[in-house]
Amino acid sequence: MAMFSQNPVLNGPNYSFAEVPKDAVDGLREHRFNPYTDNGGSTLAIAGADFTIMAGDTRLTSGYSINTRYSPKVFKIGGSNSSQDDANILLSVVGFAADGEALKERLDAICKMYRYRHGKPMSVNACAKRLSTIMYQKRFFPYYVYAILGGIDEEGKGAVYSYDPVGSYEREQCRAGGAAGSLIMPFLDNQVNFKNQYVPGSGTGHDLQERERVPLPREEVEVLVKDAFDSAVERHIEVGDALQVVIITKDGIEEKVLPLKKD
Amino acid sequence: MDHRPQAWGRPRDDVYGAYDASYMQTNGPNQHTQSPVVTGTSVVAIKFKDGVVMAADNLASYGSLARFTDVKRIRTFADTSIVGFGGDVSDMQYLDRHLTELSIDEAYQQTAHTLNARSLHKYLSKLLYHRRSKFDPLWNHLLVAGLDEEGKPFLAAADLLGTTFSSPSLATGFGSMLAQPIMRRYVPDEESVANLTRDKAVEVVRECMKVLFYRDARSLDSYSLAVVTKDGIELSENEKLEKQSWAFADRIKGYGTQTV
Amino acid sequence: MPGFDFSNYNRNAALHARGVPLPKATSTGTTIVGCIFDGGVVIAADTRATSGPIVADKNCEKLHYISPQIWCAGAGTAADTEFTTALISSQLELHSLSTGRKPRVVTCMTLLKQHLFRYQGYIGAYLVVAGVDPTGTHLFTVHAHGSTDKLPYVTMGSGSLAAMSVFESQWKPNCTKEDAIELCSQAIQAGIFNDLGSGSNVDVAVITADKTTLHRGFVKPNERSQKLKNYKFKRGTTAVLNEKIITKDEIGKYVSVHELESVEGEQMDVDS
Repeated sequence: MAMFSQNPVLNGPNYSFAEVPKDAVDGLREHRFNPYTDNGGSTLAIAGADFTIMAGDTRLTSGYSINTRYSPKVFKIGGSNSSQDDANILLSVVGFAADGEALKERLDAICKMYRYRHGKPMSVNACAKRLSTIMYQKRFFPYYVYAILGGIDEEGKGAVYSYDPVGSYEREQCRAGGAAGSLIMPFLDNQVNFKNQYVPGSGTGHDLQERERVPLPREEVEVLVKDAFDSAVERHIEVGDALQVVIITKDGIEEKVLPLKKD
Repeated sequence: MDHRPQAWGRPRDDVYGAYDASYMQTNGPNQHTQSPVVTGTSVVAIKFKDGVVMAADNLASYGSLARFTDVKRIRTFADTSIVGFGGDVSDMQYLDRHLTELSIDEAYQQTAHTLNARSLHKYLSKLLYHRRSKFDPLWNHLLVAGLDEEGKPFLAAADLLGTTFSSPSLATGFGSMLAQPIMRRYVPDEESVANLTRDKAVEVVRECMKVLFYRDARSLDSYSLAVVTKDGIELSENEKLEKQSWAFADRIKGYGTQTV
Repeated sequence: MPGFDFSNYNRNAALHARGVPLPKATSTGTTIVGCIFDGGVVIAADTRATSGPIVADKNCEKLHYISPQIWCAGAGTAADTEFTTALISSQLELHSLSTGRKPRVVTCMTLLKQHLFRYQGYIGAYLVVAGVDPTGTHLFTVHAHGSTDKLPYVTMGSGSLAAMSVFESQWKPNCTKEDAIELCSQAIQAGIFNDLGSGSNVDVAVITADKTTLHRGFVKPNERSQKLKNYKFKRGTTAVLNEKIITKDEIGKYVSVHELESVEGEQMDVDS
């Protein structure tokens, strides 16, 4: 049941006259084939001191239907074979699933070619730049996906790169994307980057001291990921069924699937 | 008879008015199929411990008209896989010709290698994604079933946008809303597939076809049923719905205050 | 003038013509069902309320009271189902008082369909009306445009197909009360797990000739999982930009204070 069609907090600011649609209300409107759809779901990635964790729910939706309860969104990229057991990069894609699949296959092929030609795997920051150019190449017919790339950088630190659908990217400590991205991201800001947290008793006004940012240990991050998704499932209808968690360290990649609510 | 060849096969001007030649222009934008015309409705499929059962009714609709009542919407591929087609029938027939050609080419290769169901699904989904990217989609929703490279049951879907997904049970069109809830009771997850027998899977699929006939206005009571296992494909194209129950109908009087 | 206030209609039409989108009530997700048994009727509903893809209420009530023996399950715009059922409930109570008879389900159904037809579908209420009256057991659906249906088992809302698949494969004529409750519960659960617009718990109402029993939270298959971490912050974590303490003695500087003499007011007229 719909309670509020336009929730001011969650669906952005309320209507403003500055943004009156420019196109005419009446007049000819052609029915065209729409090459995009939204398959829902959410992803999240957090970089630690010597690891990166990436997670995504496994529900694939169209409209009010569940297409499947198990369709992974996090992929291993750039291994030497199809099993990907020696991959060094993780990619998560959310949005339009067919574009996500196409983007993943392209990046994987490029990383495999690089490994074949250079005899070593691609570094994460090189791969991140390459992904950006791949996405920008389709600037006027974009891959309708929010991608997050993760791995271990050349200094051995966890690295997370997040992208918009046309290839603008940025290295971050953490990022949540997809349907419930706007629900999870503020939680991550607070719990990973300690935003809005101050040292108790450090004073008032300008004397206030922000809580010192330190990379979180792996056990704590895993707990945050599960709690973030448990909360997203409670309040977003397109998120649920199962949680795929993938952790990359210098020793390789671990993967596990945890249950989520199925309603 | 008009002696001018240009006029042959055209509507007569004195009856229909002058022919609108703008439709014949070749330098304008390409006109692609932007919507389906003759369509097939649901395809349903469920995995069981040794293979996959799939069914689709034999109806091709023209809008709300039940236009063709003997159209077979499940085809076999290389005696190892099956494909069920929902959506536009002409695009289905195009894909059918394409797959026939492909299977003949494969069979003529020295290696005698054939695509397994997973490879076939990948091939078809790439074809669909390629066509949607050209803004010239094949207006179909496909289910591909068979055995994968390890000989385990395989079932996956691909739609006109190139979206792919796999699940222990799948259905297209109306079936995704009406038949999936029934099938998911029997195979909620991949583990439960091992506990489902062939007979039970066939029974569930037949039940789904019955429920679809009750509630989908674009469906038919004659349907095709296919079972694919390691021993091959059994495809029966003239199944009839059995044990329908319409007995409740004569107890209903009117839609509101009527009592007689 | 009773009823709706249309005084902003012209203003809104003018704004719309300039390109301002109307605040439209979005598509709605719900599963509601009803099923007749020998000696009564069961209705059931899920408890999820959504605004777009966001869950607005995880445990809302979609089974509405009309009269002691007539209940209504509502799908569609939440406000419309609540106000329409409340309005008709009130009219039916007055009608029952003036005639001195128990309200009938067909009366309720007719009032609802006439009210909804008058508003041409703009009141987005999709209802399942069920009840037992002196003429017997009745079950109807009423659509927002005013059409009605009479069947032994009905479903409505975005999960109606999922729920109907349960009825069409498991319903049998002459079912018992227990059968009907179980069938309705299974139908709602089909909606909860297969339709994204529906979720959380199953509410069931059983109406028989002598009583109505409302089972709120009849099945709770979606209890919230326990958080793995405690998110309590240390006192003083939140920034305090400035602080000002006003004591009770000084409050008169900021607001006017009046002493109340008698707490005893005039008693309101209420039904006993």
